Amino acid sequence: MLLIRCPWCGPRDETEFRCGGEAHVARPPDPQALDDAAWAEYVFIRSNPKGWFRERWVHAAGCRRWFNAERHTVTHEIRRTYSKE
Amino acid sequence: MTAFRLPDGGRIDRSQKLRFHFDGRPLEGYQGDTLASALLANDVFLVGRSFKYHRPRGVMSAGAEETNALVAVGEGGRLDTNSRATMVELYDGLVAQSLNRWPSLGFDVSAINGWLAPFLVAGFYYKTFMWPRRLWQSLYEPAIRRDLLVVGGGRSGLREALAAARTGARVVLCDEQSESPATTSTELSALPNAVVLARTTVFGYYDDNFLCAVESDARRQRRLWHFRAKRVVLATGAHERPLVFGGNDRPGVMLASAVDTYLRRYAVAPGKRVVVFTNNDGGHQRAKTFRELGIEVAAVIDSREGPVITRTLGGRRVEAVEVGGARIACDLVAMAGGWSPVVHLYSQAQGKLRWDEKKLCFVPDTCRQRVRVVGRANGEFPDHGIEPLWEVNADKAFVDFQSDVVARDVHLAAQEGFASVEHFKRYTTTGMSTDQGKTSNINALAILAGATGRSIAETGTTTFRPPYTPVAYGVLAGRDLGDFLEPIRVTPIHDWHAAHGAVFENVGQWKRPWYYGPQMHAAVQREAKAARTALGVLDASTLGKIDIQGRDAGRFLDRVYTGTFSNLAVGKARYGLMCREDGMIFDDGVTTRLAENHFHMTTTTGGAARVLDWLEEYLQTEWPELEVYCTTVTEQWATVAVAGPKARELMAEIAPGLEDLAFMTYREGRVAGLDARVFRISFTGELSYEINVPGDQGLALWQAVIDAGTKHGIAPYGTETMHLLRAEKGFIIVGQETDGTVTPYDLGLDWAVAKQKDFVGRRSLTRPDTRRADRKQLVGLLPADPREVLPEGAQLTEVDVALPRGHGSRPVPMVGHVTSSYMSPNLGRSFALALVRSGRSRIGTELYVPLEGRAAKVRLAAPVFIK
Ligand SMILES: [Zn+2]
Repeated sequence: MLLIRCPWCGPRDETEFRCGGEAHVARPPDPQALDDAAWAEYVFIRSNPKGWFRERWVHAAGCRRWFNAERHTVTHEIRRTYSKE
Repeated sequence: MTAFRLPDGGRIDRSQKLRFHFDGRPLEGYQGDTLASALLANDVFLVGRSFKYHRPRGVMSAGAEETNALVAVGEGGRLDTNSRATMVELYDGLVAQSLNRWPSLGFDVSAINGWLAPFLVAGFYYKTFMWPRRLWQSLYEPAIRRDLLVVGGGRSGLREALAAARTGARVVLCDEQSESPATTSTELSALPNAVVLARTTVFGYYDDNFLCAVESDARRQRRLWHFRAKRVVLATGAHERPLVFGGNDRPGVMLASAVDTYLRRYAVAPGKRVVVFTNNDGGHQRAKTFRELGIEVAAVIDSREGPVITRTLGGRRVEAVEVGGARIACDLVAMAGGWSPVVHLYSQAQGKLRWDEKKLCFVPDTCRQRVRVVGRANGEFPDHGIEPLWEVNADKAFVDFQSDVVARDVHLAAQEGFASVEHFKRYTTTGMSTDQGKTSNINALAILAGATGRSIAETGTTTFRPPYTPVAYGVLAGRDLGDFLEPIRVTPIHDWHAAHGAVFENVGQWKRPWYYGPQMHAAVQREAKAARTALGVLDASTLGKIDIQGRDAGRFLDRVYTGTFSNLAVGKARYGLMCREDGMIFDDGVTTRLAENHFHMTTTTGGAARVLDWLEEYLQTEWPELEVYCTTVTEQWATVAVAGPKARELMAEIAPGLEDLAFMTYREGRVAGLDARVFRISFTGELSYEINVPGDQGLALWQAVIDAGTKHGIAPYGTETMHLLRAEKGFIIVGQETDGTVTPYDLGLDWAVAKQKDFVGRRSLTRPDTRRADRKQLVGLLPADPREVLPEGAQLTEVDVALPRGHGSRPVPMVGHVTSSYMSPNLGRSFALALVRSGRSRIGTELYVPLEGRAAKVRLAAPVFIK
């Protein structure tokens, strides 16, 4: 079980959190302007690297705030959590 | 009689005799014995049959690495299978039985498998594998945060624990044995900041120094521990390796270190005349000890000096060994094949291992977690001049005793191309039994390396995974059973329902009245009739309620609902659908504008938490510029829904002035003397009012409604009737008519989707896939037999076929499925809702529902049965 450092609450057990997938994938400001392929890319396609990965987490059973984490997908090490870029 | 108790010595208490039963046989041992040592003291050698060949097996070790002596301890509901006799502390009245034998250990019918051995080679696992399992009770589950966790209470572990504890650090030391240097250390026990847990096996080492352990008492009551340690020290010692030669699995062939332990700790001599087989100086040292303790050493066979043991002779007990054509009589063979550090936890922690060419073992190398390995677990032992003897070329030379893998299986796997250690392991099942190959992995790996012409370092090792030793499911489940499995949520009116015969249904964590019993069909027919012809009342308090406030509340709702809410007048309510970004429906409900910047949102009962999370996610991550505050108020309000033609009369009596509320509007006022919010909305299609009062007044409101409604024939109704009533009107239920693959258009809810604004999921509704004409669409079904209530979930076909029986039936294309199905007292017949491929264009045509032995014919209709 990971020990995750919530930027507001400090280190807590992984069971208090929920992972929200890849970070820094912004919702397109005007979805209608996108063609089908570009929209599908936004909705369905995420990267899946072996190594460092920036992902979103929410402290669901705590302060309920979203933040980002840099996690290594092989070692599971979280080297940084941050609320703003 | 060959094994026997020594007249003196050992760490047993001879003044305390303990009686126990093994396979129904009454036996005696002493306080301080394990089941294994007591059995040996009684000359009971045969303790199991092997899994595949059903060969007789005896105790091989004296510890957690035991591979043969698997027993079930206890009886009835307290039967604990998969215990190792070497780790079961003896207590008075203990009852144990051997595993994997029929009809008895002595006469095992399946031993015939032994003759078929040539056919039961590698790959057998894929066809047959089943282990018994049993729930076990545990006490509770403590969690503890400590500066230092030491695993292993031997000399190295004790030294580390003392060093840290003396500085004031909070230390926990766990040791799997009942007794160890750590448990007997008076200095450690005197330190208030140190905790020593005996009989405690750390079985899992997870991320960020999170470790789990099972603590047991002397009578095997267990509990689970969670640790989060700043630092971990592993002092887990080393396991001696067996040697691989013919018949090395015969009872009476043991690890030399185990013979030593039985002699010195338990004062049990497992034999009178021993042959020591070794590939290092350690075997000679053992022989010297054995002689000193009065055991005759017939020979020390040292592979470095000459001939080796090719095979053992005997039946259910070793009687002799063959060495270079000569026979040496003996009743015990002690194997000293070198040592393997116990690196399982280190490997679980993602620690890397390094092959030590001199000591012939894997030792810890590097690990990203804050862990240190000390003592024998770190390979800190003399090499004893060890030279490789990985196998003696012979029949029945066992590598993995528990999986019945012999050396020839390893060669066969290599020949067949299983050179990767991970593939090899799965193909031969080496190391995949409950002992996880504690005594077999290195021998197997070395033989594989030899067979594929690589070094052991090149061949690599498999990854160890938790648990280190088997853990009963009951220990993990703990008290999270029955009523403790999950929180139970009840409404303020719950006790009234229970007192009036309600049968409850679980909706998420909520208990909702399903119907007011005793008999479901009669109850639903009665409740549904009352709601349509007179008056019904439903406890709708479980509906999710979210209070939404803020300057941008209207704009926000426009983005999360498919419909428009910013233009809703104050005091008005509107039905809304929510989609995910892929265009699929995920919740629905009615939202009311209480004030300019204040909305009251309702969600499905099961979706309330999900919706709130989802709203928060968009507010925080996509639109932080919006000023909106979402607060769950589900439990702040009790909701009573009155429905039926007499609802207006009722309201006129208990809430004068509110009875004329227009449809889809809202007003605050007093109902039965209580401050209330009244919504004129309807999920039944009847004239209906949803009355909200503060939660603690819910029961008072309910009682007032029942009292005033009695003269109108009021009937409380449950969720089943609610579902029936809404289905008659063609209203959907999210999760019943939808399953995450259904769009608003699929359900014919085009009217709820705004055309001129963006919302979550909108763009996906024009993707090619969501525009397909042959998507599944919502339709009504009228069975040809009006008494036929179709099973929900049943498939629809174009051909008249029954459900297939067994194999060999021809597949039939399925064109849809039944989502809801009822017997309606208002229609006087059965009906159903279904999702059917191109359903709307099929209305008026017929389809079939395959059932047991027949198919039910149905006609497709518009999904509205009562206008
Ligand atoms: Zn937090």
